[in-house]
Amino acid sequence: MLIQLIGSTFRVSTPLVFAMLGGLASERAGVVNLALEGMMLFGALGAAVGTLATHSPWLGALCGLGSGVLLAAVYGLVVLRWRANQVVAGMGINMLALGLTPEFCKMLYDQTGRTPAIPLAEHFQAAPMYGAWIGVALAWFVLRFTRPGLWLGFAGEHPGALDAAGISVTRVRWLAVLASGALAGLGGAALSTFSSSFFSRDMAGGRGYMALAALIFGKWRPLPAALACLLFGFTDALQDRLQGVVVWGREPIPVQFIQILPYVVTILVLAGFVGQSRAPKALGVPFERD
Amino acid sequence: MAAAPPAAVELRALSKRFGGVLANADVHLRVAAGTIHGIVGENGAGKSTAMKLLLGLLRPDSGEIFVHGQPCIWASPAAAMARGLGMVHQHFMLAGAYSALDNILLGAEPVRGGMINRRQARTRLELLRQQYGLPVDWDSPVERLPVGVQQRIEILKLLYRDANILILDEPTAVLTPRETAELFANLRRLRNEGKTILLITHKLKEVMAITDQVTVFRAGRVTGERVTANTNPTELARLMVGRDVVLNLAVAPAKPQVGVALEAADLHLAGPAVGGRTRLAQVSLQVRPGEIVGIAGVEGNGQSELLQALLHPRDPRCRTSGTVRCLGQDVTHWEAGRIRELGVALVPEDRHREGLLLERPLRENFLLGWQRRSPFSRGGFLRPSALTSAAAAAVEEYDVRPADLGLAVGRLSGGNQQKLIFAREFQERPRLVIAAQPTRGVDVGAIEFIHRRLVRARDEGAGVLLVSFEIEEILALADRILVLYEGRITAEFARGEVSEAELGLKMGGS
Repeated sequence: MLIQLIGSTFRVSTPLVFAMLGGLASERAGVVNLALEGMMLFGALGAAVGTLATHSPWLGALCGLGSGVLLAAVYGLVVLRWRANQVVAGMGINMLALGLTPEFCKMLYDQTGRTPAIPLAEHFQAAPMYGAWIGVALAWFVLRFTRPGLWLGFAGEHPGALDAAGISVTRVRWLAVLASGALAGLGGAALSTFSSSFFSRDMAGGRGYMALAALIFGKWRPLPAALACLLFGFTDALQDRLQGVVVWGREPIPVQFIQILPYVVTILVLAGFVGQSRAPKALGVPFERD
Repeated sequence: MAAAPPAAVELRALSKRFGGVLANADVHLRVAAGTIHGIVGENGAGKSTAMKLLLGLLRPDSGEIFVHGQPCIWASPAAAMARGLGMVHQHFMLAGAYSALDNILLGAEPVRGGMINRRQARTRLELLRQQYGLPVDWDSPVERLPVGVQQRIEILKLLYRDANILILDEPTAVLTPRETAELFANLRRLRNEGKTILLITHKLKEVMAITDQVTVFRAGRVTGERVTANTNPTELARLMVGRDVVLNLAVAPAKPQVGVALEAADLHLAGPAVGGRTRLAQVSLQVRPGEIVGIAGVEGNGQSELLQALLHPRDPRCRTSGTVRCLGQDVTHWEAGRIRELGVALVPEDRHREGLLLERPLRENFLLGWQRRSPFSRGGFLRPSALTSAAAAAVEEYDVRPADLGLAVGRLSGGNQQKLIFAREFQERPRLVIAAQPTRGVDVGAIEFIHRRLVRARDEGAGVLLVSFEIEEILALADRILVLYEGRITAEFARGEVSEAELGLKMGGS
């Protein structure tokens, strides 16, 4: 029972961890990324379509990654080129993705709001789960020991210093946002080709926001944030198990109450710990040379 | 100087226009290699524009730049950097969460096998540290280091990149006198090692103390070039401002009246402070109507705490015991607003944080603190017409430029922002003036104006409490001087009773 619960915790955390890494890339570079949710949706649809078309989940995941990057490019254009408010732009992107993805399903498959199912043999068994944690280790390594990681961090902490050192802040942030889209796209791919075997409307279900919450909880550091993802994943796995369980009386707890568990935990965690968290100094501030 | 070697830096007939404003007009500048060259001028005189042109941050409309005799047209700031030019900005370009080492090697990282080779950088920095005598704890996050050390890191950043022409923009604005002395010693050593240094400043005393030559800017033009040994502060001030400036205002002795404008008795503020010193202990002081009492001291010895305790005595974060009396009332448990309404004018120590709303227009800033009083408010509504006419009159009287009531205050120079604060605070004759660092970051011309205004308030019968880090300011204006050291008042002098040197020693705690 416990082993199973741990196993499913890791499974359901996988999309969350990818999305969190996407948030990490963008936010450590100083760009708020609420658009993770929309990028995940794009990634999920892209991966489902890609897998259905090529019969390979790997090529499907690549399509998911590309779809995420595509939407990230739109986001980058809005917030980096046109310097729009990052929170508002992020919400806008999410609404766009929420509306567009079912529409694409309709156009491609003539089904409302979902894709056909991916055959069992063609979807991922475990690879994304390992991929996510390799990604966490890689993120830690890159931020700590490599030049791109250092530049990324400075773009978020003190873009002026980066600029004074002769490095283009805008270019660093662009790459960060595109990387963010790629990772969130992979998170979406994990949703549609690993956690389930189709794409359906709003299938991210707030995981993009939860990934941000994990990022804040983990103080914008890869490993702690990944552990926060596990915590949310655990509550998600738990709610799955609790459905239909009779705690007292004869009736099981209404399923809706159980399903809110991950969200309640997210709120509690944020309310309890956000004050102690330290965001990158220049988070959300468009760079301008004075 | 026959057959002079090529200058380290030469600007010839440089011009730059922004919209309708000529920021630099026909600027000539020649800096000999291996010297310290002062660049002085008021805010907006064109110093910064000239330096930005030199560093490739801006492109000139016309004119030429030569570095070590070579003509240069910069494609980017990186190109200027590669030629050995570097700048220490007034606001440090350091990310606080990162180590000193990472801040220094940013953009010039030695990389091996895809990883930053921090060991190699450290070895190189150790050599620089020994050569120039600039000790730094490489691994400490920058935000934990004192400002003087942060500045050292900025200098090392340039040396690490093999810069041989260093530009320092107002480097002493954030330093204590002792850190300033250290900086100057370091700059001399750098010069003796062959570096060329351009020092942008508006502090004439510093120009006289450390530079070899000096170029003066006014209104986008160079108005003078002097060998420092052959000039004096009065001449430089005249070149800067364009008229004669009284640098050290002669102030007649005060005629204090009977009574008490401000009295603090045995103020304490418990709690941890930097370096384990007391924040405030046993501070008692008295300001009589018609006198200026100066609080002298090095920054960080309790000045901010004292001001907060006087203004917010009822807040336990500002005062833990002791009493404050103001204009005959015991105000210990009063709110700040109520104290201010007794007739207290306040010139706050940090005008950007406490004195002004930088993004709001002059008109609204003029209203701050007066919004509930007539004639600006009637029946709970503001009266824009009354505000506009009062603000326009005050802006004219105090010569705030530009006199555009709709302009965001952040666009004004430091001196004009401060004049606006004076215009606001002195619109009704105050009975008590609390002026903290009134001339910090203010042009020479405006300094004279501010000093005169404080003395006039005194002569009209107000008690004036002046808190300043500038020894000369305290000596010139204060009728009585109290020395604040580590949260305590450690000495008191009457006007003329103490020399600058002696006061400096007292401020240092001896």
